[in-house]
Amino acid sequence: MPTVTDPAIHVDGLRMAYGRRTVLDGVSFEIDGGVVALLGPNGAGKTTTVEILEGFRRRDAGTVRVLGADPQRADETWRARVGVVLQSWRDHKRWRVRELLDQLAAAYAPYAAPRGRGAHPTDRLLARVGLTDAAAQRIGTLSGGQRRRLDVAVGLVGRPDLLVLDEPTAGLDPAARREFHELLHEVVDDDGTLVLLTTHDLAEAEVVADRILLLAGGRIVADGSPDALARAVAGPSEVRWSAGGVRHVHSTDDPVGFSRALLTGPDPVDDLEVHHARLEDAYLEIVRRHEADDPLARAATTPSEALR
Amino acid sequence: MTTPTVTASPRTWAVRLGLRRGVTEFGHMLRTAEEVGWNVVIGVALLVYLWTQKDTPVPGADGLTLPELALPGILAATIMFGMTMGPAFALATEVEDGTVLRLRATPRGTTTYSVGMLTAQVLGTLPMLAVLLVPWPFLLGDPMHQGAGGWVALVGWLLLGTLAVLPVGVVAGALCGRPGRVVPFAVAPVVVLAFVSGVFGPPTGLPGWAQGAVQAFPLYWLAHGLRSTTLPAGAEVLEIGGAWHPGLAVAVLAVWAVVGALVAPVLLRRVTSRQTAGAMAARLQAHLQRAA
Repeated sequence: MPTVTDPAIHVDGLRMAYGRRTVLDGVSFEIDGGVVALLGPNGAGKTTTVEILEGFRRRDAGTVRVLGADPQRADETWRARVGVVLQSWRDHKRWRVRELLDQLAAAYAPYAAPRGRGAHPTDRLLARVGLTDAAAQRIGTLSGGQRRRLDVAVGLVGRPDLLVLDEPTAGLDPAARREFHELLHEVVDDDGTLVLLTTHDLAEAEVVADRILLLAGGRIVADGSPDALARAVAGPSEVRWSAGGVRHVHSTDDPVGFSRALLTGPDPVDDLEVHHARLEDAYLEIVRRHEADDPLARAATTPSEALR
Repeated sequence: MTTPTVTASPRTWAVRLGLRRGVTEFGHMLRTAEEVGWNVVIGVALLVYLWTQKDTPVPGADGLTLPELALPGILAATIMFGMTMGPAFALATEVEDGTVLRLRATPRGTTTYSVGMLTAQVLGTLPMLAVLLVPWPFLLGDPMHQGAGGWVALVGWLLLGTLAVLPVGVVAGALCGRPGRVVPFAVAPVVVLAFVSGVFGPPTGLPGWAQGAVQAFPLYWLAHGLRSTTLPAGAEVLEIGGAWHPGLAVAVLAVWAVVGALVAPVLLRRVTSRQTAGAMAARLQAHLQRAA
């Protein structure tokens, strides 16, 4: 069990190369709770990072501790605490939904007593992911959205302390995607499960994540809440107004407070506009720089340097 | 929250879950029309052919008919095909489609997967054996010349043959890696081996060097052992060397089984740990692009 001083995920100086291609070049971060999105363009090393955290891939260098253990050497009790949501659409086609969940849930039985928490009863899990009516259906006959909900159910079946999802909404239509985001929030609210997901979709990261880790050029180039990132990237919000025919612009971290002071002040104000920093602009800018292989971006060592 | 108590060790538990998994998959197999149909079509075709030959005497063997001589070879070939092609296809397919990775993400899931896959494949030969053996006495007469004890020995040979050949299928599946490679690299050699090893009788028509070669493989010895169990006294004159060698047959099959039991788990572990989510994701992307 992690202690108070032991973060759920601790990554320091993580390096990984495939042949001569360096994918991760000194990735460091800590995660303690909530929903965290690992955001980055395709090929940024997101999948490699989560595979290392899941214990499916051996790293070249660096320190990694997940739930108090090194995933590379972790035992089966550790495995029972980590839920993995896979992007699969072909396996177990002949199995019925309930049949598969029952079979997989049973795998967690020997670890229930030491952990003090066992697998979800299948009925409750089915209800939670909205598959109660599909319980007797063959998995091969599920729709894309149902299939993805089953993937989440499989990830959750052992009541994990950590749930890892790699590009969970790839291939989902917007409605299914929104449904998926709601499901994810319910999971965290109900069980206090730490959720780490990867996405290359900024809008998704903004909607689901309490915190975003932005991975580009083999490093974490930004780290913070969506709001904080937007401010760090695009600078503070801008308040524009005109007073007595003269246009004014003022940058502030507190646009509401500033506007209130402005409106309750002595001068009459027309045309008040607040422009929020837009994370999207920043993200696109970072991705563009890294795709252009910008030496400035590559050399960056701190988020603020990388983002300006 | 109730926490179920498990008294078995985690490893034993995983093996038990594997058996349960194998039985479930066998159930799916029985409910899949193509799988059942395949067994019925092949089995019935064989029975019909043999029925047309049911009065054909075997030259040199007093009163022995062709179907009687053929049955042991057919049973041996059933085991050989089922236990090589079955695991080879299952492993190559399930590594690719994510089944293996899905299990690997659960505690001791690789053990459960391996036991489950092998259990399903072993059970999977039962329909073919049933299609052949259940109607046999009614169509072709009692094939067993050595009484009830002969049937017990026959089951023993089938089990030993399974142990000898099953690892071959695992190794083939692990080396093929993709389902598309299984037919040319695993099925084709087995078909050739089946032809030269003599499905319908001992391979005495082969040139001497080829007779020696087939005796290196388990199929010949499984068929030989089964013939020594079902055929009447005197039939040994038909064999290579004109005698029964059940001890040698057991020894050869046992060597294959032991070597297989040492090699197959290593390759099985290698192939089950190689599959990663990244590879899966890449396949999903490719699939979505194809679909779009």
